[in-house]
Amino acid sequence: MALSGIQIYKLLPQTNCKECGFPTCLAFAMKLAAKQVELAACPYVSDESQAQLAESSAPPIRLVTLKSGEHEAKAGNEVVLFRHEKTFYNKPGLFIRVKASDGAEAISKKVTEADAYKVNYVGMDFTVDGFAVVADGDAASAVKAVRSASKRPIILIGEDASVLDPALAVLEGETALIAAAAESNWETMADLAVRHKAALVVKADNLDTLAEMTVKIKEKGVENLVLDPGGAGMSKTLANSVQLRRLALKNVRELGYPVISYPCKADKPAQEAILAAQAIAKYSGFIVLETFDPAMIYPLLVLRENIYTDPQKPIQVQPGIYEINSPQPDSPVLVTTNFSITYFSVANEVEGSGKPAWLLVTDADGMSVLTAWAAGKFDAERIAKATKEFNLTDKVSKLVIVLPGHVAVLSGELEEELPNWDVKVGPREAVDIPAYLKQAI
Amino acid sequence: MPIEIPKDKWPGSIKTVTIGATAAEGGTRAKTITIGGQNTMPFMHFENPISNTPVIALEIKSRKPEDWSALLAEVWGDAMDDPARWAKMAEDSGADLIVLALTLEDEPADAVAATKAVLEASGLPLIVWGPGQSDIDNELLVAVAEATKGERLVLGLCEDSNYRTIVATAMANDHLVIARTPMDVNLAKQLNILITDMGLPAERILMDPTTGALGYGIEYGYSVMERLRLAALQGDGMTQLPMIVTPGFETWKTKEAKVNEGVPAEWGDWLSRSIHWETLTAVSLLESGADIVVLRHPESVSRIKDAISELMMV
Repeated sequence: MALSGIQIYKLLPQTNCKECGFPTCLAFAMKLAAKQVELAACPYVSDESQAQLAESSAPPIRLVTLKSGEHEAKAGNEVVLFRHEKTFYNKPGLFIRVKASDGAEAISKKVTEADAYKVNYVGMDFTVDGFAVVADGDAASAVKAVRSASKRPIILIGEDASVLDPALAVLEGETALIAAAAESNWETMADLAVRHKAALVVKADNLDTLAEMTVKIKEKGVENLVLDPGGAGMSKTLANSVQLRRLALKNVRELGYPVISYPCKADKPAQEAILAAQAIAKYSGFIVLETFDPAMIYPLLVLRENIYTDPQKPIQVQPGIYEINSPQPDSPVLVTTNFSITYFSVANEVEGSGKPAWLLVTDADGMSVLTAWAAGKFDAERIAKATKEFNLTDKVSKLVIVLPGHVAVLSGELEEELPNWDVKVGPREAVDIPAYLKQAI
Repeated sequence: MPIEIPKDKWPGSIKTVTIGATAAEGGTRAKTITIGGQNTMPFMHFENPISNTPVIALEIKSRKPEDWSALLAEVWGDAMDDPARWAKMAEDSGADLIVLALTLEDEPADAVAATKAVLEASGLPLIVWGPGQSDIDNELLVAVAEATKGERLVLGLCEDSNYRTIVATAMANDHLVIARTPMDVNLAKQLNILITDMGLPAERILMDPTTGALGYGIEYGYSVMERLRLAALQGDGMTQLPMIVTPGFETWKTKEAKVNEGVPAEWGDWLSRSIHWETLTAVSLLESGADIVVLRHPESVSRIKDAISELMMV
């Protein structure tokens, strides 16, 4: 756990020599605690204090990065149990599983399709993150088949180091993830990970053993570890991941690693999606899926984006004029703010109504209609300015502009600002927009 | 290396709320549903035993909805024309509760008739909510509440701008209410205070903190629910009410679930995508504290039922 300024102060020389550029050691300690300076600025700090401070500044959950060429899948570096306490940082990687026993052709087909998959959500493109190869046959050929179809990171699943070794040789120069070292094979697996500079999953079905094994494996020189606490079913999996996150945040270093989960073990795709949803919300770093189906992957990618959105910064959409249902010059202009949830509620309702409209999204610092109005970020002047900024009159001939019902009070002022326009007041809630468009427009 | 499992010890717990009344209790329900009572975060069985299971409600309407997704129209078929048949089908598909949503076209007599028909057709406890326009909500819900005295229905939705009439009729006729607030911990708390101040015991209030669907603001609802649940467990009495949320309503108005024309090929099969949308929204909200999830598609009910029974395994 990070040390406070006072705790850090006790580890400093306390001579107030000023060579760090600060008037006192305490001032320097406060800056260190706020991570605004480097400890190296102090020329006199003892080696012992240095080690202690380095330890305390390490993140409670180690960052593990799988790499292949320019692709990366990162997990770890998380600092909270609940997203509202700060945010979740590294989105868990979604890996699609193939089996060596399926043969190169089947592997190549599945991987090609999944690798090419790209879906747009709110202006962002999402893809899967990599592939997991089960070494239940010729693992090297299977890995080659994956590599012929995708350059994304690979997780290699197997327990026999001699089978995995040639497959890892194919991935020279990459950081792959080997799954897994268990009590019975940890030494050979640790050697394998060292030899191939791979990250390693450590697997045990109780936390005591898991902690013992990470210590032993780390001593062998493998630092990039990932935890598999075993367990089947949603309840046990949930308990395991919550316990691991809590322990890591309490600075139990032996368990301060990202977690891998296997929704691919579900009996049917319906359950797989639900297990994966739990894994996304509840702290997995790497998620292995069996099914590649756009109808399942798309909602999972969206869920991951939503859960990992920084709650301190409401996501905003770009202010501008949005076309919904192919609007014509005589279609109405609806006004709203650029708070994402507001925008999506409104856009979604207009879209669902089937009625064409122009949606004028004003820059309200990412606030909702009422909040922005109260804060003076959404008023007649700003709306009028936006109509000009986005050259609305080039697109629209029938000048009808609809205000959100919550700011009906602005209609008089807006009429003054936009004398040629017919200013109307729409419903207060987005959900009533379809009925409004059908009846009033 | 012995690892001590960190367990939270919470001073507070969620209130236990029972919905519906059997004949012996002055109603006509075949069974009652009890929710709440937890004193851990969702499904943390290793901290404290969890006695009541979260439950699933299916939403039906008093009249055939014209604006619902074609996928829902297809699965419910002709039953959508008849709330009684629809309720029976909902019960058969595994729902624990029925939500009867009244419409703007209903007169009080229609609302009462639909409610009675549903009570007749299904023995499940019933939630009835108005069409969402204050004056009409009040008119319809008062009529329904009076005609079903003693059934311990849940009446909704109370909002800060309109709660007095609904609360008063719930008090007079032995029903419960839903208090809905727009994704904000303090607003939720405030409305609960206003309602209990009128004299309705907290054990007869459910709160709906509102959510967005997956992709449409679920993260706001998700975090508000976690914060409400944490506040409740820390001992804040006015947040200790069971939570009801509406992933079905939210999901089925999203473009992803509602339509299939002109959507990107990357969205995949329409029905499959829509069911994932509804179930992923629902399961995320169950894990952030929902006690009742209101769904619309029977396949989602079956999947969420499986998920809940897995989550309740100790």
